[in-house]
Amino acid sequence: MRGYTERTKKLREESASTQPSVSLERALLETEFYQKHYGTVETPVLRALNFKYLMENRKLYIGENELIIGEKSEGPQVVPTFPELCAHTIEDMTVMNERKYINFKVKDEDKVVQAEKILPYWESKSTRDRILASMTPEWKDCYAAGMFTEFMEQRAPGHTVADDKFYKKGFIEFKQEIEEAIEQLDFLYDAEAYNKKSQLEAMAISCDAIMIYGQRYAAYARELAEKETNLQRKKELLWIAGNCDVVPAHKPETYAQALQMYWFVHIGVTTETNTWDAFSPGRLDQYVYPFYEKELKAGELDYDKARELMECLFIKFNNQPAPPKVGITLKESGTYTDFANINTGGINPYTGENGVNDVSYIILDAMDEMRLLQPSSNVQISEKTPDEFLKRSVEISRKGWGQPAFYNTEELIQELLNAGKTLEDARFGGSSGCVETGCHGREAYVLTGYLNVPKIFELTMNNGFDKYTNKQIGLKTGKPEDFKSYEELYDAYMKQIEYMVNVKIRGNNVIEKIFATQMPTPFMSVLTTGCKESGKDYNAGGSKYNTRYIQIVGIGTITDCLSSIKYNVFDEKRFTMKELLLAIDANFEGYEMIHNLVLNHTPKYGNDNDYADDIMLDVFSNIRDNIRGRKTVCGGTYQIDMLPTTCHIYFGGVMTASANGRLKGKPVTDGISPEKGADTNGPTAVIKSCAKMDHTSTGGTLLNQKFTPSSIQGEEGLNNVSALIRSYFCMNGHHIQFNVVDRATLIEAQKNPEEHKDLIVRVAGYSDNFNNLEKALQDEIIDRTEQSFN
Amino acid sequence: MKANIFNIQKFSVHDGPGIRTTVFFKGCPLKCLWCHNPESQNPKKEILYDINKCVLCGKCVEVCPQNAVRIENNVVLTDKNKCNHCGECVIYCIPGARQVAGKEYTVDEVLKEVIKDKVFYEHSNGGVTVSGGEPLIQIDFVEELLKKLKENNIHTAVDTCGTVNFENLQRVAPYTDVFLYDLKIMDDEKHKEFVGSSNKLILENLKRLSQIHNNINLRMIIVEGVNAEEKHIEETLKFIKDLGIKKINLLPYHDIAKHKYKKLNMFYEDHKMKKPTEEKMQAFKEMFESNNYNVKIGG
Repeated sequence: MRGYTERTKKLREESASTQPSVSLERALLETEFYQKHYGTVETPVLRALNFKYLMENRKLYIGENELIIGEKSEGPQVVPTFPELCAHTIEDMTVMNERKYINFKVKDEDKVVQAEKILPYWESKSTRDRILASMTPEWKDCYAAGMFTEFMEQRAPGHTVADDKFYKKGFIEFKQEIEEAIEQLDFLYDAEAYNKKSQLEAMAISCDAIMIYGQRYAAYARELAEKETNLQRKKELLWIAGNCDVVPAHKPETYAQALQMYWFVHIGVTTETNTWDAFSPGRLDQYVYPFYEKELKAGELDYDKARELMECLFIKFNNQPAPPKVGITLKESGTYTDFANINTGGINPYTGENGVNDVSYIILDAMDEMRLLQPSSNVQISEKTPDEFLKRSVEISRKGWGQPAFYNTEELIQELLNAGKTLEDARFGGSSGCVETGCHGREAYVLTGYLNVPKIFELTMNNGFDKYTNKQIGLKTGKPEDFKSYEELYDAYMKQIEYMVNVKIRGNNVIEKIFATQMPTPFMSVLTTGCKESGKDYNAGGSKYNTRYIQIVGIGTITDCLSSIKYNVFDEKRFTMKELLLAIDANFEGYEMIHNLVLNHTPKYGNDNDYADDIMLDVFSNIRDNIRGRKTVCGGTYQIDMLPTTCHIYFGGVMTASANGRLKGKPVTDGISPEKGADTNGPTAVIKSCAKMDHTSTGGTLLNQKFTPSSIQGEEGLNNVSALIRSYFCMNGHHIQFNVVDRATLIEAQKNPEEHKDLIVRVAGYSDNFNNLEKALQDEIIDRTEQSFN
Repeated sequence: MKANIFNIQKFSVHDGPGIRTTVFFKGCPLKCLWCHNPESQNPKKEILYDINKCVLCGKCVEVCPQNAVRIENNVVLTDKNKCNHCGECVIYCIPGARQVAGKEYTVDEVLKEVIKDKVFYEHSNGGVTVSGGEPLIQIDFVEELLKKLKENNIHTAVDTCGTVNFENLQRVAPYTDVFLYDLKIMDDEKHKEFVGSSNKLILENLKRLSQIHNNINLRMIIVEGVNAEEKHIEETLKFIKDLGIKKINLLPYHDIAKHKYKKLNMFYEDHKMKKPTEEKMQAFKEMFESNNYNVKIGG
């Protein structure tokens, strides 16, 4: 059993072995509340009072061995539902109960409750229903064809990461500051004063809500302590109560209170709505270190205790599976993981100096010991990061379960500066979710959906006609067999891209407004700089910075398709466009020669070969320039990310074969990785190709590299992987992560899942249990090119 | 000036320190029984043909511009006099049964390719290794390449079998940061039997090289049935006593290259060779270590 102490062994075992299930507690309380109060107050206040009602009335849970407390529902691995965002149908519930992967147990009696109490109230009121009712026929056609996905279809905008605020102030102070802001409102000249007042009042109420929650826990811990016969545990329960007397109302005084403060806030954010990517501590080592140092010096804390508490926090993250997803949303993100992210290392945000400290190593040690899916742990590597820290991180990473992933501090900061942020704020930057960049605590950076770029090219090859839905969904840009040159083909593709981005953004604009007006999040607004000052909600553009991301999928596939046509049809004239189209239509059956030529004898992305890489650069700049810098309806700015989660499987599944030899239904490329099997020149060539795009003009890119265990053994292996990372980062690469499991093990695990229950692999910007992945995704991971050091 | 090169291997981490690119030159004076790059022995270009993959579709016969390919008795035959290794038959071979070993490069073309990974050399204390075959046969080219690599501040390693005129070693020594010097069998009779020539020149060159260069690593293949004996190690120790060898790599024999022999229509005498046991490798390692050498099993 994994765990530094007996306590964390037991807690981890419980967390890892409990089957996820659904609870309707939150849905019932919320329905009760809405039935009584809807229409009586302004929407922000309604949402805040709802939040307060939940925090006042939900059941409390203190597990037998716990030191850090608080659950999103009644216990570990129990998830609440959010009918105001997604009112699951009975069929949805049956599916989530019975599906093979990512299932959640739903009790039969709960289905009755859902049918009789929840659905009658929320049907057609949830944001999911409103969104789908407001979309245009074009949007719906493209959505059905898998041209893009929509993040807010079942879940609320999120991607929020904590900064250092609540380690320096308690919620009493936050509330006071909000009340002062209300007093200063100018009802004479400010036309927005009334709206601001509603918002600020809502924020103040949400401060009350979290403080009540803390007080309830203090009382509950004392109640348990009174009954407790074991003296040691009695002492612990009173210690917990003491911590809850301090946080969240006041700023933490100790290391333990700092962790507990974070956790209360985490529960607050993930109770208010079902935010994407939950909530993240961000640069935890930077914020918690002063508490650790102070207590260590005073002799009140040691490494062992600090490590145990850190493991207790890790288990808390793992206790919270992502809210159950269904349909396309499940396909784009098929995992229990909720993407809460810890960024360790990097630079000290206050001084810009090397930020690695003792707590950084405690986090690495806890990560190594716990080997849990959540939190998603990553490290930031700066030029200033000591080799010792990098090597320790590589040492953990090469054990094969995909954590930590590696991020480039200097590049992150440059991305943020390029997006117009101040250096001071950029230093509080990091990644969250998979690889997305933001200024922690002062930015709403919301992912809106994946864009299926290879399929946009497929539409171009079919004059805008989609063969999956049998509909004309793109522009009529001409028959490709009539194109006289590569440039004509490329022009047609650029028109299709522009059109598709516009369909997506038109939808986004409506959805952003729906959330801004109907689903404010006053609690999250308290945590985010700018909301109090502007009197506007997190979801309405109130944050200091507001960014909306569109995530680009399949750059490797589209690059190779274009390269294939340019090289074979126009340069070498090995076959005609018409022959190629026939071959694609036939899924290359009966066209083995064409398949051989496009697959094996064509320049491909990922080999440090300029022929293909120059095409990648064209594609990359074009997509970026279509999206980056466009304004959102709440005053934010659009940016791109290059990441897939699990969407590359879904996107490939709705496509025909492609010009690069990819067969019908097979996945498109993930992140910025080359097409599987296309990179034949080894990892340095992959890294060189990937580094050619300007990462600093994106909001994050994702690169997967797979190694065989034997290829990176020993001290030299550590040094070589470390050198690879440093090299990529000095070329401004954003992120790199490793899977270190050999092919044979993966194939064996697929055959005998029972014997490989603990096999964790890197998927996209996160790790998952191999057994939790659907078969197509397992196959895809097996197929990712295995780079060997010779 | 052009050289015949059969592979430029990036991210090569077993041919010298750090992350390297290894340039494999074609042509070798030796013919070691265990050679794992048999396509390196012939200085000319060659066609590799995998009869197991071949489906006898006849496409290679059809596309060959030189009419050099024909099918006889269910085997594809290539007329070596006509074939100019243009590679058309390789491109159009659907099952991938054909390969060309060897490509002509100018010094600048090689330089352009290997310099691409300079960033990795700098971060890993790696660089470029010239190997083969025996690179020092194409001495003018190799000397020029090494000179240019040094002009570009790139670390250089020369992997040599030592069967060359000493003058060749002398010429590259100023531009070589480390020599990876192969020492195969101390017993000359055995050397003749398994390598195809005497070891006298190799041993003499090593001695002389140690007088003009101070960074020589030994690379010693260990093959059961050939030289996996204490006696071989003892004699080696005796011979290298005052040569200032910096590091020794003991390379256990493996038969991964077996498939290549078939493709080249060469005979692989694997019945004479076996992998040495791990215990044996460890014991040899300790023998060197007890004489204060820095030893590693593997590259």
